[in-house]
Amino acid sequence: MTDTDRKIEATNARRPQAETTGRVFDIKRYTLHDGPGIRVSIHLKGCPLSCWWCHNPESQRYEPQVLFRPERCISCGACKGLDEIAAAEGCPAEARELCGVEMTVNEVMRAIMKERMFFEQSGGGVTLTGGEPLGQPAFAVALLEACKKNELHTAVDTCGFADWGVFEVTLPYTDLYLFDIKHMDPEKHRLYTGVDNEIILQNLVRLGEAGAAIFARMPFIPGINTDEKNLHDMGRFLKDVRGIAQLNLLPYHSAAEDKHSRWNMDYKPGKLYPPTENALRKAAELMEGYGIKTVIGG
Amino acid sequence: MNERIEKLRNESFDTHPSFSAERAVLETEFYRENDGKYATPVMRGLNFKYICEKKTIYIGPDELIVGERGPRPKAVSSFPELTCHSIQDLEILNSRQTQSYSVAEEDIKAYKEMVIPYWKGRSMRDKAFARMPQKWLDLYEAGTFTEFGEQRAFGHTALDGLIYEKGMLDLKREIAEVRARLDFEHDPEATAKDDELLGMDYSCDAVMIFAERHAELAEKMAKEERDPARKAELEKIADVCRWVPAHAPRDFWEAVQMYWFVHLGTITELNGWDAMSPGHLDQHLAPFYERGLADGTLDREKAKELVSCFWIKVNNTPAPPKVGVTAAESGTYNDFTNINLAGLKRDGSDGSSEVTLIVLEVLDELRLLQPQCNVQVSARTPDSVLRAAGRVIRHGMGYPSLFNADVIVQEQMRVGKTLEDAREGGTSGCIETGAAGKEAYLLHGYLNTPKVLELALNNGVDPMTGKQVSIQTGDPKNFKTFDDLYEAFEKQLDYVVTTKVEVDNYLRSRYAEFFPATFLSVVIRDCIQNGKDYYNGGPRYNSDYIQCTGIGTITDSLSAIKKHVYDEGKVSLDALVDATNKNWEGNEALRLTVWNKTPFYGNDDDYADDIMQRVYTSLFDTIDGRQSILGPTYHINMLSTTCHNYFGQKTAATANGRFKGMPISDGTSPSHGADRNGPTAVVKSMGKMDQVKSGGTLLNQRFLPSVLAGDEGLAGLVNLVRTYFKLGGHHIQFNVVDEATLRDAQKNPEQYKGLLVRVAGYSDYFVDLDDYHQEEIIARTAQEAI
Repeated sequence: MTDTDRKIEATNARRPQAETTGRVFDIKRYTLHDGPGIRVSIHLKGCPLSCWWCHNPESQRYEPQVLFRPERCISCGACKGLDEIAAAEGCPAEARELCGVEMTVNEVMRAIMKERMFFEQSGGGVTLTGGEPLGQPAFAVALLEACKKNELHTAVDTCGFADWGVFEVTLPYTDLYLFDIKHMDPEKHRLYTGVDNEIILQNLVRLGEAGAAIFARMPFIPGINTDEKNLHDMGRFLKDVRGIAQLNLLPYHSAAEDKHSRWNMDYKPGKLYPPTENALRKAAELMEGYGIKTVIGG
Repeated sequence: MNERIEKLRNESFDTHPSFSAERAVLETEFYRENDGKYATPVMRGLNFKYICEKKTIYIGPDELIVGERGPRPKAVSSFPELTCHSIQDLEILNSRQTQSYSVAEEDIKAYKEMVIPYWKGRSMRDKAFARMPQKWLDLYEAGTFTEFGEQRAFGHTALDGLIYEKGMLDLKREIAEVRARLDFEHDPEATAKDDELLGMDYSCDAVMIFAERHAELAEKMAKEERDPARKAELEKIADVCRWVPAHAPRDFWEAVQMYWFVHLGTITELNGWDAMSPGHLDQHLAPFYERGLADGTLDREKAKELVSCFWIKVNNTPAPPKVGVTAAESGTYNDFTNINLAGLKRDGSDGSSEVTLIVLEVLDELRLLQPQCNVQVSARTPDSVLRAAGRVIRHGMGYPSLFNADVIVQEQMRVGKTLEDAREGGTSGCIETGAAGKEAYLLHGYLNTPKVLELALNNGVDPMTGKQVSIQTGDPKNFKTFDDLYEAFEKQLDYVVTTKVEVDNYLRSRYAEFFPATFLSVVIRDCIQNGKDYYNGGPRYNSDYIQCTGIGTITDSLSAIKKHVYDEGKVSLDALVDATNKNWEGNEALRLTVWNKTPFYGNDDDYADDIMQRVYTSLFDTIDGRQSILGPTYHINMLSTTCHNYFGQKTAATANGRFKGMPISDGTSPSHGADRNGPTAVVKSMGKMDQVKSGGTLLNQRFLPSVLAGDEGLAGLVNLVRTYFKLGGHHIQFNVVDEATLRDAQKNPEQYKGLLVRVAGYSDYFVDLDDYHQEEIIARTAQEAI
C-alpha cells in the first residue's frame, strides 16, 4: 500500500459509506465474459502484480496517470502552462488522457444503476475488476455492499494477492469470485508477476472453505504457463479446492502487446502468440481428467 | 437447399436487372386508343386488364411458383403515366456504375417513337412540377425535404388474411352487391362510386386472365415436356393457376401462388412505393401447412421448397429505376417487400409456428437481396424463436430485423385502430407500422431536421448557396438564451412542414383524381364496401407520414451549442456558426472540442437525451394531426433509408463537429462515432424517446462477429433486444461484419459479390453501394463487448 492509499483509507474511515471514494480507471458496459449475463465492469486502479502479459498496463499504478498519444496531438497549445491533469482535461483532441479518477461510491452506483434493466433481463450484474479491486479494500467493500442493497449480482475479479482479512469482509456481499491462477511454480510466478503465489493459493483454499462460489481463471499463454507439468500441478491442486464451479482457460490475446506499445511501456515477454484451438482443447481435456469442469474463454 | 432451389437461386442471383418497355408500350397503345372514353377508375381498370391480356408470360425451367412483373426475370417495367423517363435517363441507367439496368436498343426506340411523345406533359411528374410553388422549390432544392409522390405512387402496403379466404370471384360478387345497392337518388357520390367499383371489377378480371394465361402456357409446356416428373409439375402448375386467384386457395401451394399473383397485380397496375408485402406470411400459411401435414399432401421439405420458390420470385422484381433526388434518397434495387414473422395473432396469442422457423431457414440459406424479412417480437414470443432469429443475424446479412410487436400494437391504437386490427398489423417497407390489409399508409418524404436548425442559425439563408430559402427568424447574434435559438428553430420547422404538407396534399389529391389503384383497392378492406379507392379514403384506415431524419445530428449540435455557448460561454454562437459555415477551416481545436467534450445522444446521458426528447416532441407537435384531404391524418415516423447521405451532401458543417457533406445520422441511430459507451447505453438513450407516438423508429447497430459468437454472445443479443423492447423500443437491426472484411471488399469487390450489409431499413450488397455509402457503413460505430 502506498502513502496515498493509506491517506485515502484514513479519510474513508471517517466518511459515510456512500461518500467513500476510490480510483476508477474505467467503467465498461455490456461486458459478457466476466460472470453471468450482461454486466458492468468497474475497473479499479492499481495492482500488486505486474504480469508481463498484462492487458491493462496503465492500470498497474495506484496513482492517476496521464497517458499521451502523440499521433492525436494537433499542437493547438491548449495545454500550455497547465499542470498535467488540467492539461489532460482541457485537451480538445484527447491526445492526453487521464487514467484514473477519484469517484465516490454514489457516483459509481449511479453509473451501475443505469444498467439495471439489462441485469434483470439477463441475470447479469456488477463485476469489480482492475487493476486489482481488493487493492482498494474499503472502496471495494463499500461498492459491493451498495450493490447488494440494490439486489444486484456481484462478482469480484481478483488476482488473489490480498490479506485474507480483506477477502473475509467481501464474503457477505460477493456472489462470485473470478479467481486468477497464473502459475503453480512459485519461482516462475515471482518471475512473471513479481510476487509469490503462496498467499494466492492459500486464499483460494480458504475462500472455498468459507463457502464462496468461485470460477478459477487461468490466462492461457503459450511459452509461459501451458506446459504439461504446470497443467498437471494445477489440476492436482484445484481438484481438492472446495467451491470451484468451473475453470476458465482465457486464451492470450495480442492486444496486450499493442497496449504496451501505445503507452510506450516495456513489453517484457518480447513476442507472445495466442494458443491454438487444439492446445486449448487438450488442456481442457487434461483438466477435465481431474474432474474439473473446464470452459474455454471467459 | 435442394438442387432445384440452388439452380433457381443462382439464376436469380446472377441475372442483371434489365429495363423493359413492354408495359409502357402496352399502356401507351391503350391510352392512345381509349383516352377520353371512360371515367378515370374504369380507364385504369381496363388499362390494367389490357396489360394482363397482352404482356409476355414467362414460366422458367424448374419453377413451381410462376409469374413475373416483366417479360423475364429481373426485367423491370416502367410507368410512364407516373414518371416518363427521357432517352438520357435510359442511357444513364444503362451506363452508370451502381444500380445499373441494361436497356436494349429497341426499348430506347420504343420510348423515342411512342412512349415519350404520348406521355410527355401528361405524366404525373410533369403535371406535379408544373405547379409547384416557388417557396416549396426553394426548400426542396436546398435539401430540406424530399417528396415521395413526385415520381412513384404513394403506398406502403401489406396484406392481411383476406386473399386466403376469398378469391377474385368472391370479391367480384361483393362488388356487384355494393353496386346494386348504390342510391343514385340520394347519394351525390353514387356515380363516382359506381365508376370506381366497375374499375375494381375489371381489375379482378385482369388478374384472373393473367393467371389463366399462365395455366395455358403451363399446359402447352407440359404437352411438349419429355421428363415425366417435370410434365407432372407443369400440369400441377396449370391446375393451380386455374384455381387461384379466382378462388380461395385449397392448399399450401395454392396459397403461395395466390399471394404471388396478387403481389404481381398490385405492382403491375401502378408503381407503388415499397412494393407490396404479404404481411404475416407465417401466420397466413400456417393453417395450410398444418392441413397439408395432416392429410398427407405436404411435408416440411415441400413447404420449404415452395417458400424458397416464392422467395426467389420476389428477388426477381427489382425496384423500377428512379430519377433525380429520389434516386439519391433511395438508391437501391431493393423494392422493400418486408415479410413479417411471429408477432401476435388477432386474438393476442403468439403468432409463431413451425412455418416461422421454415421461413427463417429459407432466409438464411438463400441469402438474396429480396425480400426483406423481420421478426415481430412480443413479450409472448418464445426465446427460442428469438434465438433462431439471432442465429441468422449472426451470419451477417442484416436480416432479419427485429420489431417490438407490443409497441406496434400501441402505436396503432394511439391513432385509432382497433386492438384486433392492430395485432394483425405490423411493419412494411423499412420500419413503418401499419394495419396490414386495412390501411392506406402514405409516406410523403424525408425531413432534414439538421437543415432546419441550420436555417434557424442562418436566419433562413442556406449557407451552402447563400440564398434566402426560408423565412427570417432572427439574427443568431440576438439569441440571448438557448431558448431563443430553440424558438427560432421551431418557427423554421413550422414553416418548412407547412410548405411541405401543402404540396403533399396537392399530390395526394392528384393520385385520387388521376391514378386510382383499382386492383389494390380490391384487396384492402372496406374499399369495396365504401365504393372508394385506396387513394381516396376507401380503406378502413388512412394515414400520412413525414419521415424525420437526423435526430442524432441535430441533438448533438444543439447539445454542443447549449454547453459551449450558453452554459460555459467558451465560444459565441456567432463564432460557432461562422466556423461551421467555413467547414471548420482553421478551427480544428474548436471542432475537436465540440466533438470530444460534448454530451452526445446515444450515451445514456440525460444532458443530450433531454434535448433529443425536446426535438422529438417539437417534431411530433408540429406534424401529428396536420390535415390531409381526409382529415387530421399526418403523423411522424423516424427513418432515413439512404436519405441521410443525400441530406448530408446538402448540409453545411454542423455544430457537433461534423464536416460539410458528410452523412447526417441515420434513422434514429446516434451520430456516427458519437455513441461511445456501448450498445446498452445506445438503447437506453433510444428508450427515452416516446416511440409509441411515432409510426416507427430505426436503430442500426453494427457488431463485430466476435461479440455475437457462442452461446454467451447469442444470449447477450437476445437480452439486449428484450431489454430495449421493455424500454419501449420499436426496432433494432444488426450489421455483423468487421471493418477488415469491409475494407477487403472495397479492394476486391468481385470476391464479395454476395456480401449483404444492413444499409437502412433494408440490406444491400456492399459492392453495389457507391464509395460514399460504403464509407458510411464502415463509419458506423462497431459495438465491441469486452
